[in-house]
Amino acid sequence: MRPILLRGGRVIDPASGRDEIADVLLLAGKVEAVGQGIGTPDDAEVMDASGRIVAPGFIDLHTHLREPGQEDLETIATGALAAVAGGFTAVCAMPNTDPVCDNQGVVGFVVSQAQRAGKARVYPIGAVSLGQRVSSWPNSAELVGAGAVAVSDDGHPVPSSHLMRTALEYANVFGIPVADHCEDMSLAEGGAMHEGIVCTRLGLKGIPSAAEEIIVARDIILSELTGGHVHLCHMSTRGSVELIRRAKDKGLKVTAEACPHHFTLTHESCEGYNTNAKMNPPLREAADREAIREALRDGTIDAIATDHAPHHYDAKEREFDQAPNGIIGLETAFALANSELVGAGVLTLTGLVERMSTMPARIFHLPGGSLAKGAPADVVLLDPEAEWTVNPAEFRSRSRNTPFGGRSVRGRAVMTIVRGQVVFQLS
Amino acid sequence: MTAAAGLGKDLTGLEPLSADQIRLILDTAEPFKEVSERQIKKVPALRGKTIVNLFFEASTRTRISFEFAEKRLSADTVNVAAVGSSVSKGETLVDTARNLEAMRIDMVVIRHGSSGAARFLGDRINSNVINAGDGKHEHPTQALLDMLTLRDRFGRLEGLKIAIVGDVLHSRVARSNIWGLTKLGAEVAVCGPYSLLPRGIEEMGVTVLPRVEDAIQWADALNVLRLQLERMTAGFIPSLREYNRVFGITSERLKRAPRDLLILHPGPMNRGVEIDSDVADGEHSVILPQVTNGVAVRMAVLYLLAGGRPGSPAAVQGAEP
Repeated sequence: MRPILLRGGRVIDPASGRDEIADVLLLAGKVEAVGQGIGTPDDAEVMDASGRIVAPGFIDLHTHLREPGQEDLETIATGALAAVAGGFTAVCAMPNTDPVCDNQGVVGFVVSQAQRAGKARVYPIGAVSLGQRVSSWPNSAELVGAGAVAVSDDGHPVPSSHLMRTALEYANVFGIPVADHCEDMSLAEGGAMHEGIVCTRLGLKGIPSAAEEIIVARDIILSELTGGHVHLCHMSTRGSVELIRRAKDKGLKVTAEACPHHFTLTHESCEGYNTNAKMNPPLREAADREAIREALRDGTIDAIATDHAPHHYDAKEREFDQAPNGIIGLETAFALANSELVGAGVLTLTGLVERMSTMPARIFHLPGGSLAKGAPADVVLLDPEAEWTVNPAEFRSRSRNTPFGGRSVRGRAVMTIVRGQVVFQLS
Repeated sequence: MTAAAGLGKDLTGLEPLSADQIRLILDTAEPFKEVSERQIKKVPALRGKTIVNLFFEASTRTRISFEFAEKRLSADTVNVAAVGSSVSKGETLVDTARNLEAMRIDMVVIRHGSSGAARFLGDRINSNVINAGDGKHEHPTQALLDMLTLRDRFGRLEGLKIAIVGDVLHSRVARSNIWGLTKLGAEVAVCGPYSLLPRGIEEMGVTVLPRVEDAIQWADALNVLRLQLERMTAGFIPSLREYNRVFGITSERLKRAPRDLLILHPGPMNRGVEIDSDVADGEHSVILPQVTNGVAVRMAVLYLLAGGRPGSPAAVQGAEP
């Protein structure tokens, strides 16, 4: 492996408080040096990074890769390629596959498929409950031993308070978070979109914000009870933001993520029964979107995660209430964050890198998220000024389900380096 | 009427229509009323047109009403019910529609359990699509026949006060009535237990009246919605008996009205639940005239979507002497 010298880029590394024009030398899969006028080792590949942002690669805490079981929607290889095309050097794979990632065999399979693909790193997330259904547990030590970095029943909430409590207590043994999909099913069952005026007009069953907030409140209370680390997935309501803010003021071990679609769109996008605007949690109201933005600004929400959820075209080409939830997001996340948050003055570029790289690494205890000497050579080069139009036909993902097709956005990953090797270069 | 006041390709609801377009349908329905009173109930307006009635949900009144409307306009019609068709073999809605269209049909009348199904279909096929009820979204021809019936009795819709009583949350009839009536200048209130009123309904331009006694004091006419019996098991109301006691339209309650209230009901009725028999069968009930008007309104919609010109005497002239 040849050393790589990235010359003259604007290096943004919130972990070390760096934002300056500098060179970055990557050697043997690690960051060797960052600074001005670094000498070029004999065999180094020198790349001109001027005009580019050089940042630690993005890390997605919430990705559905569909393998094993639904390889027609996405594979670990296509998902890992979509990831690096979006500037992500690592993704965390949710366990709702078929079979469910609830044993060391499936965890090991995900790890080995990711190694074979050789693009983004893939960190498996194990299931909280066996088969994500029954209230008995997988062997967590084996999950962690095989490479799982967290546990979650995502797609569904951890159904009972007792199970959530014991999962938090037990996860504490291994120092891993329990990532919860917060939804009170008795309120949300059968719901197709946010409960509000749009759903009233469209005649669809609504999912009230309270369905999310009740479980957020439960999980915060159980985190306080157990001292366990609860990670709140895809926060979508202003009420959730308030609850998390209070929990953080108390110093509880609570972290949270939000998705680009929740800080970009509102329930109005469902007008005309647009199934590509159907996701769970649903798109909410403008006031919720503003609250999510403010929470990303002030750190109440730690991380931006995609909830990348591939679905087949036919599955979305359906009556709205019959269509599945979810959109893909790996290849649009940075552009949306850059356009909607940096462009609107909510975040600085440093703040964006913090939410997409530094914090995800920190809260899930992952390598990366830093350009300090000795950190993994996982780096992204960004052109924050690049203007482009989202064209789903060009996605590397195997699926096309996005509400952002045709949208003009600004900012793009131009090169992604994982383990010191260039795995993506924008042509 | 100007050309712009046509109806477009589909009738998916009253929300997308202008007041002029709604008036056009009601006015076009007037001469069609008389066709059904003739000895020979047939005019050639849609001769040679093929219409499929695609009913994914059970329906008696609406399906038969559409079928009579089509036959009285001389269209060729085919009825497809979900049970016993390829739908029960798992065919998707869009595939069903494309297959029908491949047989060169002109119009589809669709009843479907999913909100938005009619529009979904209309966006994907070239034939005209008429919504005969989609989920909890809209049932435009029901609202049109309600409005025609109100206009018959009051001579106008502007300024009328209509209270829609009952399960508004799950009602496509309510939504279509709200759009249609408010666009034509009527005042609309909804009344029912809060557990059966959708959140934010005021933003559709209606008043919420929490008690049925208030609605009776306020309104010129009551449109009484059917209470689906399964709402009780789903935990929206405690019991049918209590519903009748608190929200039922009874002659006792109506006695206290400051004026005679016209009583509408889209059917099928649950006698003794949302409406008592003496009210349903009473002198101020227009429940059966609603059904009669349903055929005329549907003839008007079919005629206009097929490109018929409003006010054309040819529409109602018989082919044979």
